[in-house]
Amino acid sequence: MRSSQYKAWGLLTPTLCILFFIGLVPFLYVVYLSLFKYNIFSVQGMVFTGVDNFRKLMFDSDFMHSLRIGVTFVVITCVVEMFLGLAIALFLTNEFVGKGVFRTVLALPLAVAPITIGSIWVLMTNPDVGPLPYLLDKIGVNYNIGVNARQAFFTIVIMDIWHWTPFVTLTLLAGITGFPREPFEAARVDGASRLQTLRYLTLPLLTPVILTMLFIRIMDTFRIFDEVWMLTSGGPGTATRCVSIHVVRLILTSTDYGYGSGMSVFLLYLTIVMCWLLLNIISVVRRETRER
Amino acid sequence: MRDRGQTKLAFIYLVCILLTIITLFPIYWMVIISLRSKLEIFAGPKLYQTSIFADNYYRPLFKDIYGKFLINSLIIATGNTGLVILLAIFATYAFSRFKIWGSGSLFFWTITNRMAPPAAFILPFFLIFTKIRLIDTHIGLILLYCIFNLPFAIWLLKGMIDVIPKELDEVAAIDGCSILGTIWHVILPVAKPGLAVTAMMIWIFSWNEYLFASIMTSMKARTITTGLAEFVTVIGTNWGEMAAVSVVCLLPAVIFLGYIQRYIITGLTFGAVKE
Repeated sequence: MRSSQYKAWGLLTPTLCILFFIGLVPFLYVVYLSLFKYNIFSVQGMVFTGVDNFRKLMFDSDFMHSLRIGVTFVVITCVVEMFLGLAIALFLTNEFVGKGVFRTVLALPLAVAPITIGSIWVLMTNPDVGPLPYLLDKIGVNYNIGVNARQAFFTIVIMDIWHWTPFVTLTLLAGITGFPREPFEAARVDGASRLQTLRYLTLPLLTPVILTMLFIRIMDTFRIFDEVWMLTSGGPGTATRCVSIHVVRLILTSTDYGYGSGMSVFLLYLTIVMCWLLLNIISVVRRETRER
Repeated sequence: MRDRGQTKLAFIYLVCILLTIITLFPIYWMVIISLRSKLEIFAGPKLYQTSIFADNYYRPLFKDIYGKFLINSLIIATGNTGLVILLAIFATYAFSRFKIWGSGSLFFWTITNRMAPPAAFILPFFLIFTKIRLIDTHIGLILLYCIFNLPFAIWLLKGMIDVIPKELDEVAAIDGCSILGTIWHVILPVAKPGLAVTAMMIWIFSWNEYLFASIMTSMKARTITTGLAEFVTVIGTNWGEMAAVSVVCLLPAVIFLGYIQRYIITGLTFGAVKE
C-alpha cells in the first residue's frame, strides 16, 4: 500500500510542480507586492506601506466607477440572456426536422475566440464598413460607438448577448432533455395546460440548471475583457471601462506596480467573495426546492 | 387539426430561420468583407459578394508578419495541448485509482481557476517571467496556459477514467505491467475518444487566448489573436485584411465544432450539466 502511494505521488509530481510555479507563486507574489509602494522609476525601490494601497483603492473614484459599470453590465446581460435563452430553449423542445443543424449553428459562437468576436463586431459597427451605422442612419439615428457613450455601452451589451445566449439556450435545453418523462405524461393525462406544466413542472425541475448557468454567466461577464477591449478599449471616455479593462489599463500605463498589485488582489478577493456567495445561495435554493 | 400542425411547423421554421440569420449574419459579414478590396468596401455596405479579392489573405499571411504569428499560435496551442494531456493523464490516473489527500478540492481548484479574472494575474506573471527570462518565448506561453487548461483537463478526464473498470488494471498488473504500462496499454485505448475531445477543447482554449499572450509576448512569440488586436490603429485600419485574419482565427473553431459540439456544454459548465 505504501509503495502505491509513492507511485501515485510520483504520477502527480509534474502536475503539482507546474501548478505550484504558475498558480501559487504568482498569487503569493502579487499579494506580497500589494503591501509595498513599488515604483520602478523611483530610486527608493520598494517601500513597505502595509495596507496603504488598499486604503487608496477605497477612495479611487475611477476604480469605483469601473466597478459600477461592470456590475451594470453583469446585471443587464445576465437577465436578458437568461430570459432569451430560456425562451429559445423551451421553443426548441418542439421536435422538427433540422433541429440538429440549428443546434450546431447555435454552438458556433461558443467556439470562436473572444478577440475574434470583438473584431466581428468592430466590422459590424464601424462607421466605415459596418451595416449597423448604415441601417440606423436610414431611420435617422446617428450611430457611432466611438463617440456616443450610451450607444457604446449598449453595443457591448448586445455583443455579449449575441455571443452567450446560445450557451444558455443549449445548456438549458440539455437540462430539459435530461428530465424524467413520467411527471410530464401524468400532467398531460390530468389535462394540465402548457402554462401550468411550465410553471409547476418545467421551471422547478430546471431551477438547479438555471442557477448554475447564472453563476457561470455572472462570473464570466464580470471578468469580461477581450471582446470589449477589441471593440471599444473601454471608451469612449470611460463608458465601457469595466473592471478588467480598468485594471489592465492601469497596469499598462502606471509605473506603480504596488498599486497595480493591490488592485489585482482586491479584484481576486471580490471574485472569491462573489464565488462563495453565489455557491452558497445556489446550495440553499437547491435544498429548499428539494424539500418542497 | 392538420392545418394547425402545419401552421405551428411553419412558425417553428420561421423562428429558426430568424435566429439563424441573427447568429450567423455577423460572421457572414466578416467573411464577405474579407473578400473585398478597399475600393469595394468604401463603396458602401452591400449584402452579397461575387468576386474574390484574395490579396486580403495573401498579403498579411505571406508578405507581412501574420504568417509567423499563425505559426506561433499553432506551436503554442499544440505544445500546450501535448503538455497538458500528458500531465493530465498521469495526474488523473493517480486521482482516479488512488486515495489521495486533496482530490476532493480538485473541483473547487478548477472552478476558482476558471472564474479568476486573468487581468488580476498579468502583473505577477509579467514580473516573474521577465525575471526568469521566459517573456516572449513559446515555452513561456505553453507553461502559462497550463494554469487554466491543466485543471480543466484533469476534471474532464477524471469522469472518463473513473468509469473504466479497475479489474482491467488488475489484469494488466498480473500480466506484469508497470503503472506506465497499464496507462499505455489499458487506459489510453479505452479513453481515446474522450481524450481526443479534451485535447481539441484545450487546443481551442489556447488558440483563443488573448490577454496573457498580449502581455507576455512582444515579437518572437506573438500569437495570431494578439496580431488581430493590433489591426485597429489611429492612422486607419485595413478592414479587408483585418476581416481576413479574423476568418483565419475563426477557422479552427469551425473545423473542430463538429467533434466537440456534443461535449461543449459539458465542458463549459464543468460537468454540472451533461448533454
